[in-house]
Amino acid sequence: MRKLIALGALLALLLAACSGGATSVEEQAGGGGDAAAQPSASEAAGSEAAPDSETVSCEPGETDGELVLYNWTEYIDPELVTKFTEEFGVDVIEDFYPSNEEMLARVQGGGSGFDVVVPSDYMVGIMIDQGLLMQLDKSAIPNADNVAEDFTSPPFDPELAFSMPYQWGTTGIGLNTTETAEDPEATWGWIFDPEKADGLDGQISMLDDPREAMAAALSYLGHPINSTDEAQLQEAADLIAETTDRLAAFDSDQYEDLLISGETAVAHGYSGDFFAAFDEAEDGDNFTYVIPEEGAVRWVDNMAILADAPHPCTAHTFLNFMLDARNGAQLTNWNYYGSPNSAAEEFIDAEVLEDPAIYPPEDVLENLQFIEDTGDAETLYTDLFTQAKS
Amino acid sequence: MSQTLAPTPEPGAPQHDPDELEGRAADARSRRGAWIALPPAAYLVLLFALPLVIVLVYSFATRGTTGQTILSDWNLLSYRRLFDPLVREIALRSVGYALVTTGISLVLSYPFAYYIATRSPRVRNVLLVLVMVPFWSNFLVRTYAWRVLLSSSGPVSQLTELLGMGQTRLLFTTTAVVLGLVYGYMPFMILPLYAAIERIDLGLVEAARDLYASGTRAFWRVTWPLSRPGVIAGSILVFIPSLGAYVTPEILGGSKTTMLGSYIVRQFLSARDWPFGSALSFVVMALMLAATLIYFRTGGRTL
Repeated sequence: MRKLIALGALLALLLAACSGGATSVEEQAGGGGDAAAQPSASEAAGSEAAPDSETVSCEPGETDGELVLYNWTEYIDPELVTKFTEEFGVDVIEDFYPSNEEMLARVQGGGSGFDVVVPSDYMVGIMIDQGLLMQLDKSAIPNADNVAEDFTSPPFDPELAFSMPYQWGTTGIGLNTTETAEDPEATWGWIFDPEKADGLDGQISMLDDPREAMAAALSYLGHPINSTDEAQLQEAADLIAETTDRLAAFDSDQYEDLLISGETAVAHGYSGDFFAAFDEAEDGDNFTYVIPEEGAVRWVDNMAILADAPHPCTAHTFLNFMLDARNGAQLTNWNYYGSPNSAAEEFIDAEVLEDPAIYPPEDVLENLQFIEDTGDAETLYTDLFTQAKS
Repeated sequence: MSQTLAPTPEPGAPQHDPDELEGRAADARSRRGAWIALPPAAYLVLLFALPLVIVLVYSFATRGTTGQTILSDWNLLSYRRLFDPLVREIALRSVGYALVTTGISLVLSYPFAYYIATRSPRVRNVLLVLVMVPFWSNFLVRTYAWRVLLSSSGPVSQLTELLGMGQTRLLFTTTAVVLGLVYGYMPFMILPLYAAIERIDLGLVEAARDLYASGTRAFWRVTWPLSRPGVIAGSILVFIPSLGAYVTPEILGGSKTTMLGSYIVRQFLSARDWPFGSALSFVVMALMLAATLIYFRTGGRTL
């Protein structure tokens, strides 16, 4: 009997451990199953040309059921969701993801049930290539005219045929000014320059993301962010490797909390995350965000409709809703990311518009680049970064 | 019938029939019970074997330029990459961490299990339940709790500061990773150890002492060999999950020391190289299975 109890206990423990530790394994297995259906889609689409598969025609404001939105965490003002529901009388079901790659893994096989996703720049290109996105019916999105000129012809979707910009921002450095400097210089040196980082041992964090981390190192070295030159990449990886000893962590989820709590003094991360964290912190004045002068990543997240969206017309209506001047402004006033909506500007709070960290001056903007998919070099980025980390 | 016509009549032929009858009866008995095995069999096939086959199939596929998996192009490229120095380094490091974790868990758990096993049944059950209490909350949440405990403004650091030893930076160190692993997996060591020790007839230890064996000698010659099945079972149960640990090194190690688990996740979620990730997973699983089988074949008895 006692033996049975012990066995039962052991089983319970194993189950508990599996539920806790093995989520990633489940995700992999689940993703694997989903994607079994994928090759047929890409084969049908042909091998080279970007498939212009699904199209649909909707009236402006037309709805065909609820909206199933798959978005980044804390990226939309809940009041905007309520407003959409009230205005069009449809429910909004939300689900969230922490990275482009997780979103891709989930929708790749088709049948995910989502209508609208919000992929970043390079991911839009990948999703178009894989035939995952629906060609937009522009006649259902009259507010597309509000898109600022900077965003009407992005490299990943030159005619905005599959996507509409949502918000944009930069990847830079958040600093604790009492630990670093009163008015810290805008440089990657805070991470990579041993002299500048002197005394900050174990108080620096970098994004745990191969492309972002390598982009920081490449910028510091004066190389292009989307380099596929093996020597340049190796150089960047070596730089990260030399830096690893000084780093507290590679962290993409909690770096702003680590900075606020004093665990770190320098954090590599996304602009809006810092602003939100500084805003909430009691001693928010002790922190600042800088866009390094050597160059940095500029990114834009985009709304897109999945090729197999169950409610394509509601989805178009949602895109149009978000591109409305007042709604766009409300979004920016809420999440402190730049708005790609030129008509929204007059409704955006002055303190946001005038903040050079959110709306950088022209000379800073010039040094910013989008991350683009580098195809086969992605594997190299991941391996070099993994090697550099340990 | 066909049996009797077999070309090789054996000397024991007359006894053959009753044997066969008995065998048939046993067959029938086991057939009657076969349906009971259906749900677990279906469970195993659907949720274990099938996903495993998918992983295997994917491991032979090719990564397309944008990271899609091309199933029509079969090759061994992913398996060839397993011989990269990077993979070897990560594998060796993971094995190292897993060994250290197993060793520490064993040293800490043995006296603990011994204590539990030698209590009265009532106390024993209470203690066993206490061992399991941590599992009532999610592992991820508990690991984040460790992050608070070990942070430079956390209680551990405050204590050392109070004692005049200055701030301690424990979070994001290898110590933190090993601590987290030992914390997470020690119950898997305690329970089989307890089960093994509890079964030992303490009279044998007394007999050894009566024959003038010292306490140490009695332990090493009697208690330890008799508890070995528990030691081995516990070690396997700790070693395997430690080797594939993902959550602990990511959260407590600051992702600075890549272990196999993290490396595999990275293949799926950032390199978008599912074939290589699948090959890695599959080989790790196969090696584990082989090691466990060898242990059982070579006469290991557990529980």
